[in-house]
Amino acid sequence: MDLSTAKNIVVIGGGQAGAQAVQSLRQFGYEGAITLVGDEAALPYQRPPLSKAYMKGELAEDRLYFKPAAWYEDNKVETLLSQRVKKIDRANRQVLLQHGGHLDYDAVIIATGSRPRPLPVEGADLENVFELRGLSDVEHIQPKMISGQKLVIVGAGYIGLEAAAVARQLGLEVTVLEMEQRALARVTSPVISSFYEALHMEHGVDVRCGARLGSLKGKDGKLTHAVLASGEEIEADMVLAGIGIIPNVELAEDAGLPCKNGIIVDEDARTSDPRIFAAGDCTVRPLAHYARTGRLESVHNAIEQGKLAAAAIMGKPRPALDCPWFWSDQYNIKLQIAGLSQGYDEIVVRGDVEAKKFAAFYKKNGRLIAVDAINSPPEFIASKRLIMSGASVASETLADTSISMKEIAAAAA
Amino acid sequence: MPTITYIDHDGTERPIEAKNGETVMETAIKNSVPGIDADCGGACACATCHVYVDESFMDKVGQPEEMEQSMLDFAENVQANSRLSCQIQVSDDLDGLRVTTPESQH
Ligand SMILES: Cc1cc2nc3c(=O)[nH]c(=O)nc-3n(C[C@H](O)[C@H](O)[C@H](O)COP(=O)(O)OP(=O)(O)OC[C@H]3O[C@@H](n4cnc5c(N)ncnc54)[C@H](O)[C@@H]3O)c2cc1C
Ligand code: FES
Repeated sequence: MDLSTAKNIVVIGGGQAGAQAVQSLRQFGYEGAITLVGDEAALPYQRPPLSKAYMKGELAEDRLYFKPAAWYEDNKVETLLSQRVKKIDRANRQVLLQHGGHLDYDAVIIATGSRPRPLPVEGADLENVFELRGLSDVEHIQPKMISGQKLVIVGAGYIGLEAAAVARQLGLEVTVLEMEQRALARVTSPVISSFYEALHMEHGVDVRCGARLGSLKGKDGKLTHAVLASGEEIEADMVLAGIGIIPNVELAEDAGLPCKNGIIVDEDARTSDPRIFAAGDCTVRPLAHYARTGRLESVHNAIEQGKLAAAAIMGKPRPALDCPWFWSDQYNIKLQIAGLSQGYDEIVVRGDVEAKKFAAFYKKNGRLIAVDAINSPPEFIASKRLIMSGASVASETLADTSISMKEIAAAAA
Repeated sequence: MPTITYIDHDGTERPIEAKNGETVMETAIKNSVPGIDADCGGACACATCHVYVDESFMDKVGQPEEMEQSMLDFAENVQANSRLSCQIQVSDDLDGLRVTTPESQH
């Protein structure tokens, strides 16, 4: 369907994907009206620093925003903030707003992101039990990030571990509870899990794997203890939940668009309705370099799909697809991930784990499918190329640090 | 406030008043300078903020750190004066700085 002559485009959700879609629409020459509806009070901003430099107090708030307010005015993007969309009425091509009123549309981009999975235990509603998704969460958490306070983090995923690192650096006493037998179990290999467990223990974090939270205990409505399933009680001034996210698919589902743990979209970020697109954390998409579909939770994905949707609407050629990538900063360690390691049948380690400078390469049927690069940018970037080209590289070569990544990439090209 | 001039691959110049302490990348983003995407928001993880620094400012801008250097080793169209603009902090010393954006980022 040709939408390049659309007059009204509504973008639902003012996060990474929504902001990118808006920018790309203007960049690709769209001249009609754009309304960006977002239920947060702030203009679109970056989330990654919320568990990193911003949480630590090292980054001013105004540096989080993708664009200043003037940009939206100059580019004639109407922003409806603190506004929730409650329904997409496909029959009448209208988006209905929570506070009443509606917006007509020729095309819609759903960029509703995801929300933290709530702690499924008694006491989760006690005071000083927090989650971490948006600026307003950090506003609540930050005043409590004081030296000596006892913080219990539930879930050893990237966000939980990043928050643990910040909290330790600010002098809090930190315990991390992880139900699985190892940290980052869902997203990486045992090699990387043990590295991060050791790193946090070295910094004084009490990392407890195989520890299931049973309930949260309080006094006068205020948190006092985290209670493990084993019955053990851990004193806590605050709890931070980091046990994963739930994609915000309800609007799409309610509109009859196919969803399966995410809104199902095609290569162009289009849903089953040719006028409705979806981008970012809320989608399940074809994974170009992996011959399967999946849901990605990353800046790379939100940006790429925001661009894809805008290009499709404007009838532009599909922008080149990148290999999925992600990063995490903890203490002075930078992890850069390229590709998706799920389903690997071989791991090759290159570099020096003790020196905290190494990479774990993941291969499947001889092909490189992913890398976790710790303080090793050349391994990260070279792997992106190798993964996208579907290259097979001998494991001995990957492990041999006397051959540079530049040489390896050039030889495989 | 220091002025930084961003130059397109085709020669269009955009002089911008920058704020001390912010990066050359952030200044570009806030002022909608084309050719700097900055996908990772300045985390030194994407290399989509690559610029060429005017030769006369190479000393003042200084040397890239290891992380940035490695990123540059694999970026496209790298020259001796290539830098990632998210790693250059604006200061009064950089008043008059001129940077050119690579054609591949347009
Ligand atoms: C603390 C933290 C750290 C992270 N660190 C990294 C990192 O280092 N690297 C990385 O690649 N990724 C990181 N991520 C993930 C990355 O930020 C997300 O993948 C990205 O923000 C997804 O963009 P999105 O636009 O899909 O969703 P979001 O950015 O969540 O935006 C969705 C927006 O839509 C709004 N919304 C939802 N429903 C409605 C409705 N009905 N009406 C109106 N508005 C609605 C939401 O409130 C939200 O503002 C991090 C995330 C968090 C929370
Ligand atoms: S903004 Fe990503 S490397 Fe500079």
